Amino acid sequence: MKFIRIKDCYKVYKNGVAAIAGLTLDIDKGEFVFVIGASGSGKSTLIKMLYREEKPTKGIVEIGGINVSKLRNRTVYKLRRKLGIVFQDFKLLPKLTVYENVAFALECIGMKGSEIRPKVLKALDQVGLKDKTRSFPNELSGGEQQRVCIARAIVNDPKLLICDEPTGNLDPNTSKEIMTVLDSINKDLGTTIVMATHDKDIVNRMKKRVIVLDSGVLAQDHLKGSFKISETV
Amino acid sequence: MKPFRIIARSFRDSFKSVLRNLSLSMASIICTTITLILVAIAIIVTVNVNHVTKSMEEELTIVAYAEKETTEEQIEEIKNKINRIPEIKEVTYKSKDEWRLEMMSYSDTLEVTLNYLENNPLLDSFIVTVNEVEDLGPVAREIKGIDNIASANYGEGMVEEIISVFNVIKTGTLAIVIALIVVTAFLISNTIKLTIFSRRNEIEIMRLVGSSNTSIKLPFVIEGFLLGLVGALVPVILTIYGYMLAYEKLGGSISFGVIELVKPMPFVLYTSLLLLLIGSLVGMFGSARAVRKYLKI
Repeated sequence: MKFIRIKDCYKVYKNGVAAIAGLTLDIDKGEFVFVIGASGSGKSTLIKMLYREEKPTKGIVEIGGINVSKLRNRTVYKLRRKLGIVFQDFKLLPKLTVYENVAFALECIGMKGSEIRPKVLKALDQVGLKDKTRSFPNELSGGEQQRVCIARAIVNDPKLLICDEPTGNLDPNTSKEIMTVLDSINKDLGTTIVMATHDKDIVNRMKKRVIVLDSGVLAQDHLKGSFKISETV
Repeated sequence: MKPFRIIARSFRDSFKSVLRNLSLSMASIICTTITLILVAIAIIVTVNVNHVTKSMEEELTIVAYAEKETTEEQIEEIKNKINRIPEIKEVTYKSKDEWRLEMMSYSDTLEVTLNYLENNPLLDSFIVTVNEVEDLGPVAREIKGIDNIASANYGEGMVEEIISVFNVIKTGTLAIVIALIVVTAFLISNTIKLTIFSRRNEIEIMRLVGSSNTSIKLPFVIEGFLLGLVGALVPVILTIYGYMLAYEKLGGSISFGVIELVKPMPFVLYTSLLLLLIGSLVGMFGSARAVRKYLKI
């Protein structure tokens, strides 16, 4: 059984815009998948449907056996606890330290204090921020802030990491760093990663599976390493 | 122990939020205080009005007079018939001789006059009390229809007027109490809305990392509860000391003893309890409403 199964999926927003129009897609466990496409191609909608911020109008979105489209508002948290989300704008809490920001995710789900500490330190170690636990977000560079965001996303050992343009606000070198971190998470922890991006350099260099969306449908699906920069998106 | 941890965390967060948004919290506490003081006044007035109407109602009776030449058997029959009316509370028979003695005791003139008369000019009578003051009229009319009854009076007109005035006061004060409670709910709901607004990033992250709706909602509901409870403290103190002082100063009644006030104990304690309950519940419901509306959860 596929880890992520999207079948005949449609999403029409209230204003009549059809963001996803008949998308069918499978993603295996442990895969690293880039989702690319021009603005308005349905990338963001697809990502949002994966963490059930948006509900498909029609069709099936299934993650690890959970039918996301049938999830009620009240039970969404059950899905969210199984995945980690990395954002373009980091979404860190400015009044909390690095450690507290990561621990926040575990406190929210009611984990015991004694269990939280080792998990947070492990996650911060994974992203290479073990020596910055007491810093506040505004004392960190953009790349470091994004690494805190990644640490928060992986601290609960999710099976799936959803990244919504994680390098969108970062310079090329820092982007490279972040991609190294994500790649190591994918390889070391076996976490499935779905990443929406605009950055063709990254996509080209990483040699992963690439899904190209156009007007809400699957335009191209390149297997691992077969995508070239020369190809138009 | 997970639910316990979530509750403990919610309490901690709500205290933190009250302190962090101190000016906002103070504003809503003061608003709650003012409205609850008005609620307290309205409650005190309502209860006292009820007390007065009740004691006045107890004094309202129907007096029915038998025809002049009524035999003892007929008196007995009338008494039985009156007793069969379901709305009545009590019937007391007072013979014309008893009336005569009572009237003679009122003044010397009456005594001389009544002694001068050979026959007792007075009538045998029945004094009837009813359960509900509204039944006075219908019961009086029913008694009037019994054989050998000359008249049955209850102070027509005046009684109806008193009843209607009391009813207006009762519904008026009740309407004021309800209106004030609704106002308090809106005020607290608004305050919570603002604190939610200032914490919307935190809430968004909480939702994204998988907090259950309950654990997001709980701190706000507790915050509303705290705001309402603290807002009720001053009204409670004012009620207890204010009413006891007023009662003492007025000597337990106003209008020269015509209107008797409710004794402060345990009345003020019940009122205080009610105020605390209204404050905290309204705070909770107000914030629950705000959370539901603004978090779409």
